Amino acid sequence: MVLFLQIRIGLNNMIKLPVYLDNNATTKVDPRVLETMIPFFTEDFGNAASRNHPFGWKAEEAVDYAREQIAALIGANEKEIIFTSGATESNNLALKGVFEMYAEKGKHIITAVTEHKAILDTCKHLEKQGAEITYLHPAENGLLTVAQVEEVIRPDTILVTIMFGNNEIGVLQPIREIAAVCKKHGVLFHSDATQAVGKIPVDVMADNIDLMSFTAHKMYGPKGIGALYVRRKNPRVKVTAQMDGGGHERGMRSGTLNVPGIVGFGKAAELARLEMQTDTNRIIKMRDRLENSLLTLEESYLNGSKEHRLPHTTNISFKYVEGEGLMMAIKDIAVSSGSACTSASLEPSYVLKSLGLDDELAHSSLRFGLSRYTTDEEIDFTIKCVTDAVNRLRDMSPLWEMFKEGIDLKSVQWTEH
Amino acid sequence: MAYSEKVIDHYSNPRNVGTLDKGSPNVGTGLVGAPECGDVMRLQIQVNPETGVIEDARFKTFGCGSAIASSSLATEWLKGKSVDQALTIDNMDIVEELALPPVKIHCSVLAEDAIRAAINDYRVKQGLEPIAEEKSHH
Ligand SMILES: Cc1ncc(COP(=O)(O)O)c(C=O)c1O
Repeated sequence: MVLFLQIRIGLNNMIKLPVYLDNNATTKVDPRVLETMIPFFTEDFGNAASRNHPFGWKAEEAVDYAREQIAALIGANEKEIIFTSGATESNNLALKGVFEMYAEKGKHIITAVTEHKAILDTCKHLEKQGAEITYLHPAENGLLTVAQVEEVIRPDTILVTIMFGNNEIGVLQPIREIAAVCKKHGVLFHSDATQAVGKIPVDVMADNIDLMSFTAHKMYGPKGIGALYVRRKNPRVKVTAQMDGGGHERGMRSGTLNVPGIVGFGKAAELARLEMQTDTNRIIKMRDRLENSLLTLEESYLNGSKEHRLPHTTNISFKYVEGEGLMMAIKDIAVSSGSACTSASLEPSYVLKSLGLDDELAHSSLRFGLSRYTTDEEIDFTIKCVTDAVNRLRDMSPLWEMFKEGIDLKSVQWTEH
Repeated sequence: MAYSEKVIDHYSNPRNVGTLDKGSPNVGTGLVGAPECGDVMRLQIQVNPETGVIEDARFKTFGCGSAIASSSLATEWLKGKSVDQALTIDNMDIVEELALPPVKIHCSVLAEDAIRAAINDYRVKQGLEPIAEEKSHH
């Protein structure tokens, strides 16, 4: 395969292909993170629960330190961090754990249709267990309003779960306002902050968040380690364990701790806390340049709110270009398209559809996710590659020709097949 | 999705992209597929009315790599054939030539439909009966 080759662009700047712009899916592990992890595989491999020897003590000490690093990033107390295998598990533990723990209060949960599958599928599971779920629909720009949430709170509402930043379009919900309304009504508030933590300032105290899911691999840490923040004061929140066993993590999540992963997560959190601002300043400039250039193409549209957005994400649709053909044309760039590949058929993204995009436009959208490793040269290359691809495919597209002739495509009698 | 070399070749260097004068009596145009299904093919043939031979063929396709390749290949095969010979092009010939996987067979079906639609458009222009729908797709 000709996947990894070097190309020369500009003067002497070599870039490695394909260009990786899928950082909302996962990020590269920062070498500084990897370095801190390695001794915990080799020398200091102890079980953090081993109380009788230095191997265990060393591991426990490292875990404690990482817990502090992670807590510091989100303004929490270290006792409020429950380690899990990732945000999927954290979401499961938060929703199922609250549903079971607060069953006496009620069984109503509020969420939104644009949430990650780890929330939506957990909600579906809970519906089978008797939960009543209200799914809010955001506006065309992907935003929910506080009023929308408050309107549907009932006396038996036990939890509101709304994501911080959306993984596909990057839209940031008014979390602080929504959380305040929940507090006012005495309802617990959970946020899937997987895409936000480490990228923008998140403070569980200032934001009034009761439970929060996040994961290391979206912030230059390793895969397979995440956390659930569980508030200990005002109010003291409890979740029923979903994994029974040795009673680790204050009984909320049993299982031998993934010490190297936790150490790496801690280091990644510390780096994020210290470097977030400088990273963001650079990334947002590149993101805006990419976005503005691609939006100069005719009939290209930005998906989701431009203002309320994660700094590293942009999602753009190119009308009259077919999604799969587009992906093939830009194989030198690793991005996600608006199609979720479910076995053989391509399903248009439910997030984009919920914003009112039709299937075609959803399929022809690209999500770009930048990182601290993204370079200006990579952005130059991406702009050129996508622009050329869109132009070339449009030159080949009968729909583009018809559009240019002023034919209303909705009036055409298409033959189904 | 792994594409065959032939699909990649047609996709990267499509043959006969373009537009013929659809108002001309010697040009037949077939437009098949639907935007919401993810593929639309427009295939055009220009026929020499004396000889009945297809002198030129052009396409434009909105679709995946396999759809583009199927229509590009179809135009190559059409050129130089008589209209009657063109009707014998079978979608499975396209599948075989491009090594299309099962999920992409519909692209070849669409190309066959487009050939038929273009020929019928030409026939109607020439005052002939359209060929009846013959649904023998694989
Ligand atoms: C918003 C959101 N929630 C949850 C997840 C799942 O995270 P993890 O891979 O750590 O289970 C992701 C990542 O795909 C995400 O983007």
